[in-house]
Parts: sequence; C-alpha cells; structure tokens
Amino acid sequence: MEDLSLRHATREPAGGTEAIAIVGVVASGNLEVLVERVLTDRECLVEIRTTAHGFDDVWTAVVADFVERYSPGGLKFSINDGGARPDTVSLRLAQAVRLMERAR
Amino acid sequence: MSTTPLQPLTAPATVTSWYEASARTRTRLLLDPGSFVEFIGPEKREVSPHLKVFDLPEQFDDGIVVGCGSLGGAKVLIAAQEGRFMGGAFGEVHGAKLTGLLRGARDIGSMPVLILFDTGGVRLQEANAGELAIAEIMRAVIEARCAGVKVVGLIGGRSGCYGGGGLIAACCSSLAVSEQGRIAVSGPEVIETNRGTEEFDSRDRALVWRTMGGKHRRLLGAADAFVDDTVQAFRDAALALLGEAGGFGLEILTKEQARLEARLRDFGTCADALDIWSAMGISHADAVSSLPADEFITLADAFGRISHDAR
Amino acid sequence: MMLDDILASLFPAGHDVQNADGVVLGSGALRAGGRALVVGIADRTPLGVDDAIRLAAHVLQSITTGNGPILIVVDSDSQRMSKRDELLGLNEFLAHLGKCLIHADRHGRPTIGLLYGHSAAGAFLATALATRVLVGLPGATPAVMDLPSMSKVTKLSVEVLEEKAKSTPVFAPGLANLAQTGAVHAIWDAAVPLVDQLEALLQAIPDSDDRRDLLGKKRGGRSKAYEIAERVRGLALQMR
Repeated sequence: MEDLSLRHATREPAGGTEAIAIVGVVASGNLEVLVERVLTDRECLVEIRTTAHGFDDVWTAVVADFVERYSPGGLKFSINDGGARPDTVSLRLAQAVRLMERAR
Repeated sequence: MSTTPLQPLTAPATVTSWYEASARTRTRLLLDPGSFVEFIGPEKREVSPHLKVFDLPEQFDDGIVVGCGSLGGAKVLIAAQEGRFMGGAFGEVHGAKLTGLLRGARDIGSMPVLILFDTGGVRLQEANAGELAIAEIMRAVIEARCAGVKVVGLIGGRSGCYGGGGLIAACCSSLAVSEQGRIAVSGPEVIETNRGTEEFDSRDRALVWRTMGGKHRRLLGAADAFVDDTVQAFRDAALALLGEAGGFGLEILTKEQARLEARLRDFGTCADALDIWSAMGISHADAVSSLPADEFITLADAFGRISHDAR
Repeated sequence: MMLDDILASLFPAGHDVQNADGVVLGSGALRAGGRALVVGIADRTPLGVDDAIRLAAHVLQSITTGNGPILIVVDSDSQRMSKRDELLGLNEFLAHLGKCLIHADRHGRPTIGLLYGHSAAGAFLATALATRVLVGLPGATPAVMDLPSMSKVTKLSVEVLEEKAKSTPVFAPGLANLAQTGAVHAIWDAAVPLVDQLEALLQAIPDSDDRRDLLGKKRGGRSKAYEIAERVRGLALQMR
C-alpha cells in the first residue's frame, strides 16, 4: 500500500451543510471516498491509501483538477483505493461533493 | 478496466436492482426514507487490523453496514454486507458488528433484525477470526430468536450467500431470495477444485443457478419468499415476512428435522434440480429457469415446499 | 490419540459409543453418575446431508428423553463437497445440527466439543464450534483452510504465508492459533486420564453465555472483536 496526502487552499467553502458522506466501494478498479466537513473554509485535504504504487503524479493532477473545479473548502477526503482509473477517481470525488451539498 | 457507471443517487426503490446496488443503497432504499442511523459508521474508521499484513486495502466499514431504521413505521435493526469488498467475506470486525447487533436485538427482545447477506464466506486473510465470528453469529441468531426476535435474511447480491453465510442464513426465522441469490456452503469453484469438473462444472452458469439459485431454494422450501430483483420487491417481502409468526424452540427443531428428512426421502436420489422439480409435480421443469418472477411465484406457490414454522 | 483410546480414557466405567462409517453415536457413563450423550464425526469424514441429519436426530431425541452433558467428538474433513449435497441444501442440514446443539446447550444439556483430529469450514461450524466449551487434544489439526488453498486465493506463496503465520496467527491453521482467537477454550493433557479432565470441566462448567470474543481478546488473538460487538450492542440498546 502507498499513502499520499494532498493539501490545497480553496477559493471558497464547499456548498451545503452535510457533515459526512461516503461513496464507492473498495474493489479492483474502484475506490471509496469518505468526506468530512472538518477543516476551515479555505482548505481542503485529500488523504489517499492506494494499492497502486508510483502514481503520485497522476493523483496530484487529478486532485488539483478536482479542487480547481469544485473548490471543496472545509472538506477532508479520505480515500481507500483499489486501483481505480483517474476518470473513476474524478467521478467519485464529484459524487462525494454532490452528496455534501445537500442540506441537512 | 471500464469506468464504473454513475448510478443516479436518487433512483427509487422500484427501479433499483438489488443485485447491482451497494450495501448502502440497499439499506437506504429498503428502509423508510431518512430513517437509517448507522452504528460505528465509516467515519469511525474501525477497519480490519489484519489486511495490512497482506498489503491489502481496507474499507472504512470493513464491508458491512449496521444500524437501526424503520420499516413501514416500525423500528428494525439492520445489517448489510457489501459483496464487492473482499467478496463480502466475514472478517473479525465485519463479523463482530453483526454479532453485536444480534446480541443487542436479543437484549431488547422485540425489535426484529434484517440481514442483507452478500458474502462468499470466511475472509481467508483472517480465517480463524472469520470462522469464529460466524460461529458466534449463529449462536447470537439463535439467542435472539429464543428471546422472541424475528431475524429475516434477504439474499440477492453479487456474492450470493456462501460458506458460513449459508449456515447463518439457515439459522434465520425466514428468508427472501431473488433469482440471483445463490445459497450454498461450497461454491461452484470450490467443488470443482476439490472434486473435478465431472462433479461440478463451475463455468456452466445454468447449472450453478439451478443448483444454488433463488428459484431452486424457494421450490425446495429453503427460502420462504421469492422476489424480483428490485429493492422495492425485497422491501415488500421483508414487511410480509416480519408480519408472520416467529419463535424458536424444540417444536420448530422437530419440525425442521421432519422437513429435512422428508427432503432426503423425496429427492435424495435426484441427480439434478430438474429431476427434483419434476418430482414435485412441475410438468415443464426445463422451463422454470426462464420464467419471469411473477409467473415463477405463482408456480412456486402451487408446487414449492413450505418451510414456515419449520426452520 | 485414536477414538477408541479417547473413549476408554473418558469413560473408564464403560460406554456404548459406536463408530459407523465415521458417524459416532452413543453414550458413556460419567464418574460422578449419570451418562453423557456422545455424538461426533470420526476418521476425517466429510460432513454431508445424510450424516448431519442422523446426528441431529440423535441430539433431538436425547433432548426429549435424556439428561446430562453432550459430548461432540470431532475428527472430520470439511463439509462434503458435492453437487448432491448442495442441491439438497447442505447449508440447512449443517445449520440444523448446529441449532440442535445450541438449543440443547441452552436447555440444561451443556455441550462440550472434543476436537481430537481434523476439522474445517462448514463441518467445524456445525459441530465443534456450535458447543459451549471446545476442548482440543494435542495433535488436533483444525484448519479453516489449508495453506496451499489459501496460497491460491491470496496469490502468496506457501513460504510467505508460513512466515506471516508466525507473527499473525489469525489466519494460520492449527490448534494453538485457534485457541488464541478464543475458539478453543482449553487444550487437554494427553498424559493425564481424560476422565479426570472431563470431570474437572463438568464440575466447573461455565454458563452458556458466549464469551469467546472476550477470551480471544485476553489471549491476544482477536484484539477488536469483543470491543466492536459490545459497542454495537450498546448502540442498539439505545434505540429501544
């Protein structure tokens, strides 16, 4: 397993008021994303634990793109990855943010 | 590897396939909307302490969702296995969550338990803990039933209900199964590996379905209700089964003994499920596998064995 | 130890236990008076539908007509792996046997498993693991799954698995590893007459509550099971 931790400053806080959400499952080519609203409004943290070694650059690019598009301020993302492709990762991150945007 | 399709997060239970849905989606859509409260949710990160030894990824809920919700306005305890994570297999934490839920139900004495099975059996990387967890769960199911708790199993997931999962299922008060819901102890590949393709050809999917699938289990009386592959159908079946009489004791065990002895006497020499179905009086046994759910349910009601009060 | 020697050592005052093609049925005279029902599987026989229902019938009959403890002696293979067994619903037959044993145990007939040989998977669950107290005899070789099969599934070599087994007993076969998880309560001494050990156990038999998870925690074989189960139980009780 390989651990990565990516921290970003964000333009604005994430929408909605949901405190926690989870999407996906840990399986081959899939991943789970746990999101928690536990950070300050202008920061975002993505912690990744993956079975695929040596893909730091890909993760860095995918997460940077995600943060740029969604500005998920205040959210901490914890990922357990079973070797998902970058498009699947982007999809799950987007799903996770959408779930957090719901009002409680 | 293809991209996982994005299932709409708000699809209703009527059009959501039980087989395709995740444990969390099944739980959410099975229960009354918004009623589910999870125990030791993923944010608690109570992961398996053993998978890292094998350099394997963990899942935050260890592949099982447990909690409380309401079904038709009445409170129920619920456990749902995630069949895609490690094949839904029982590990130490995964098993302990179900054990604790059943012991809670036993102590409460009146709140029923729904178990949404989706499992290949014991998780081999923690085999001793998984096997023992299954033994503890079997005992906890019986203790809950002795305390007057109904324990209803729902089976129709991609990993089926194999190994010790099959034994736990057979300890439940009643079971609802869909066609995809295979129930067995030894899986097709395990039989083939140990005994050869002459004994069981695991690649013959039709053979697998008719030997272990939901239709055969319903006809045999191994499951109480057959349902279509939608979350709504499982919800309706769960409500109906919870409405039936429960209980556990010597009388039920004696009836189960008679029921299983009769099965051996009546079908013990049958070589195939088709022979069993014919022996039940079904005239076109070869057509059973292709019957749509509603037609099959009518057939099963006419010819299938009943295990009610004898399990 | 061989079954005949075990039975002779358990019941010096006599027994009528028979081994018919691996199915063990009968009873033995206890030193403290009364008799113990004896059921079991011998000769590493796989447990299929036919034998499971015979054993269950014996236990059920004893519940209605007998008294005293129930001893389950086990040297079995895994469950019988066949098309016929699965076709007929092996899971129900194995669970039925387990249910009969658990019911008996909870109704004044304490069950004691005596694992003296092999056992695995479904056969293990339906017999030895469905008892109140499971005792192992030295030389017993239980295995949820053997290392070669495990090697196939995990894609790790047997050598690697053997190495891992030294530090992580939670997956490796063997009596000591199972004892550490709490599955086996005690390992008896083959040099001491079994009757002495049986009588000592019967005199101090624990109640029928399942405390195997607590045992596994104390022995360090299962660090999380007890605590997780207790937490979930507590949370469920709050929903009352």
